[in-house]
Amino acid sequence: MQDVILQLDAVSKSFDGKMILKDFDLEIKRNEFVTLLGPSGCGKSTTLRIIGGFEKPDGGRVLFEGKDVTSLSPDKRNVNTVFQKYSLFPHMSVAENIAFGLKLKKKSKQYIDDKIAYALKLVNMTSYARRKPASLSGGQQQRVAIARAIVNEPEILLLDEPLGALDLKLRHEMQRELIKIKKEVGITFVYVTHDQEEALTMSDRIVVMNKGIIQQMGTSKSIYDEPQNAFVADFIGDSNIIDGIMKQDRLVRIQGVDVPCVDEGFGRDELVDVVIRPEDLVIVAEGQGYVRGMVVSIIFKGAYYEIKVRAGEYEWSVQSVNPAQIGAMVGLTILPDNIQIMHKPLSEDAEVTKEDE
Amino acid sequence: MKKRPWLATPYAVWVAGFTMIPLLVIFQYALTSREGAFTLANVMAIFEPVHLKALLFSLEIAVGCTIICILLSYPLVMAMRRLNMGRQGFTLFILILPMWMNFILRILAWQLILSNNGILNFILQKAGLLPLSLANTGTAIMIGVIYDYLPYMVLPIFNAVAEIDEDLVEAARDLGANSLTVFCKVILPLSVPGLLSGIVMVFVPSMTSFVIADVLGGGKLQLIGNVIEQEFTKSANWNMGSGLSVSLMLFVLISMAFTTKNETEGKSSSIW
Repeated sequence: MQDVILQLDAVSKSFDGKMILKDFDLEIKRNEFVTLLGPSGCGKSTTLRIIGGFEKPDGGRVLFEGKDVTSLSPDKRNVNTVFQKYSLFPHMSVAENIAFGLKLKKKSKQYIDDKIAYALKLVNMTSYARRKPASLSGGQQQRVAIARAIVNEPEILLLDEPLGALDLKLRHEMQRELIKIKKEVGITFVYVTHDQEEALTMSDRIVVMNKGIIQQMGTSKSIYDEPQNAFVADFIGDSNIIDGIMKQDRLVRIQGVDVPCVDEGFGRDELVDVVIRPEDLVIVAEGQGYVRGMVVSIIFKGAYYEIKVRAGEYEWSVQSVNPAQIGAMVGLTILPDNIQIMHKPLSEDAEVTKEDE
Repeated sequence: MKKRPWLATPYAVWVAGFTMIPLLVIFQYALTSREGAFTLANVMAIFEPVHLKALLFSLEIAVGCTIICILLSYPLVMAMRRLNMGRQGFTLFILILPMWMNFILRILAWQLILSNNGILNFILQKAGLLPLSLANTGTAIMIGVIYDYLPYMVLPIFNAVAEIDEDLVEAARDLGANSLTVFCKVILPLSVPGLLSGIVMVFVPSMTSFVIADVLGGGKLQLIGNVIEQEFTKSANWNMGSGLSVSLMLFVLISMAFTTKNETEGKSSSIW
């Protein structure tokens, strides 16, 4: 797990004068499932295209097993891509599509046939070998595209929002399959998505990007539980992000109330961002808890109710298994553990941006 | 949506009046002698040595023209593929610009360029090269038909190639294909419908043309089109002219059926 298979070293790229990537550094370890996660325009797809060789960086280097491959064309890299739009060759059958790369490598017919059979079995498409792509559903086409890429035994498989065009149920199914395939073939996956749930489900490591800069890098759990800035907190899952003042270590003032927390090392009276997940807030009777507010809306979400509580200027989002009465005055409380305190962003780039997909 | 077959009425009238009835008249002439008796002699006259020679020469010109047009079109189309929309439009505009000039005028211009004391030889001499005697040769006719019909090859191929998603090219590159392989395995097979349209639109008119051969061939080299023209005008033998026309039509139909035989799946070329 320790050896680095791919390294991006100070990679920059701009299109039409617009900076997409700025001095971007990233190391990917062998056999890792890395997800580049961010809103559209954050540079994640460009990063993938630079790894694949479809774009040349303006500056910086791409190192593959320590060798500089920055100027190599895609066909000379031991990397294969699964595209969002599947990009199967419409004039070829499923089997011919899968054989495309192997034929170019002048493999024997026996070898190619074995590989096709193996790959089709891997993606559960055995009976479709002779079908044309146009006669397959989106999910089936994407399975073929995955099979077509992995038969070439790439060192790294690049996946560019491969499930973006599928419906929710199929997407969940394919997520599980991708994890299974990853285990089976044992190659490095670099996955690009704007879907935070997809990233949290599948990745060994998530790289959260915004405006061409890495905002945070880490395991799913660390990204979700300990977002390092308001952007990450806002992008990963739902969050209440509210201004606070650090009164002293382990005490933060929110909406005029001092609330105990577990964070230390902030300056006295420092302005901070306070992040609280909706599922961590607990509704209690009026007069109890730290915050007093009025229930303004309630939406049934199946497993829980999503309740909005207005307190002063701020509307708290709360997830609760118990319903509440609209118009009722309630209190909100929270455990110190569940409060995340973050420094205010110093630069504009790290500021929360609401770029909806 | 409701079908409105009556909307096709003007076209149906047009086709009946100007395609079906004349065709029947030609068939009638073709299958009768001057005296009005039924005969196959006019149709079979294509096998007379002088007619056969003209037919083979026409075939030579048509096949040569078609092949050269294909060879010229693909590099141009591949270059245009990389351009942005505006430049693509401009290139297409330049390509079809000569078509807005009078046809006879264009051919006469080529006569001036290619004649023995013409512009081409003038330039060659200035450059210290030996002059060419292209006037009234098959080569001159070939240049004329290629010049005239090239846009009809470029346009359908361009439309077909422009439709190919760049993602497919990238997918092929990703799987290890170099530029040549991408062209042979992806671009070429996917542009076949356009290519077939182009072949039909170039092969048929270049096979049956006669004005270009008249002007650039000096009247000495005869395409089958020239032979037919002369049967109608000089010899005033409409029966023979119609007979040869019918055989030529059959010949073209057969060769086109042969070309488009493999084109069975859904996307047929726009002509058939």
